[in-house]
Amino acid sequence: MCDQSVFEIFHSELVNYVIQNNETQLKNTSKTHGEDLSNLEYIGFSTGFRIIERLTRELPRFRDELDTMKFICTDFWSAIYMKQIDNLRTNHQGIYVLQDNCFRYLSKLSNTKQYLDLSPRYVTFTCGLLRGSLANLGIRSIVTAEVQTMPSCKFHIQVQRN
Amino acid sequence: MAVCVAIIGKDNSPKFLSSLNPDEELCFQYKILSSLDIVEEKIHGVNRATDNRELFLGLLYALETHKIYGYVTNTKMKFIIVVDSSNIALRDNEIRSMFRKIHSEYADIICNPFYIPGEPITFKSFANNIKNIMTGTV
Repeated sequence: MCDQSVFEIFHSELVNYVIQNNETQLKNTSKTHGEDLSNLEYIGFSTGFRIIERLTRELPRFRDELDTMKFICTDFWSAIYMKQIDNLRTNHQGIYVLQDNCFRYLSKLSNTKQYLDLSPRYVTFTCGLLRGSLANLGIRSIVTAEVQTMPSCKFHIQVQRN
Repeated sequence: MAVCVAIIGKDNSPKFLSSLNPDEELCFQYKILSSLDIVEEKIHGVNRATDNRELFLGLLYALETHKIYGYVTNTKMKFIIVVDSSNIALRDNEIRSMFRKIHSEYADIICNPFYIPGEPITFKSFANNIKNIMTGTV
């Protein structure tokens, strides 16, 4: 149990670090626009790109894209978030929606709307993680997240075919 | 005991090559790069005999002097092992376990923050570990 909380604390410190870095940079350039989370997304990307080699080491080759997504929903998600994705939907044309009803990084925040506008900070890393893992498995994609009510989160994966 | 091990990237560019006898390295490079077509055929080929989803591809081809084995990870990295044809004691299972060891070494190196994915691998410790796997001392 203890080792899991260490990982969560590390993640929230990572978020703080990126945001603080941005604030000092914004002061220097005196820009006044919203939060830039692309650094956090990139950290996620390279983490995903590297970790996927280890996670797929013992597995047989994936048959197709859907097979890969199923792996992401089950093995990948339980390796990182200790649970499986609750719902996977696809239009079979390259769009996948992964729904997690109790997302690990949001479950420790208030269930009300109090922190809803801060939720992008806590899902960006995971967007990058997904994008990086898929990239290394040979699927180029755009990943976005959507948080409507607090501990649940939807990840939209758009596969780039060309 | 293998005589040469190579790691080839997703885009078929060489990332790492290690051989017991450095003088033969050029000749091995030639053999390994020409075996990539067979690797491609085995994973994308239209007339695949069975739906084989194992990472280990088995014997790619046998020459008079050497036998060449292949392995492709889920991330499309290719590992190639060259074995002396005279070495008949080496069975498929031993080759397979050799590949698994190389794969776990590779998984370690890709998690190394100093290694940038896609670059050639130049770490000394990695080269040593691969040498040990080749000579069968681990």
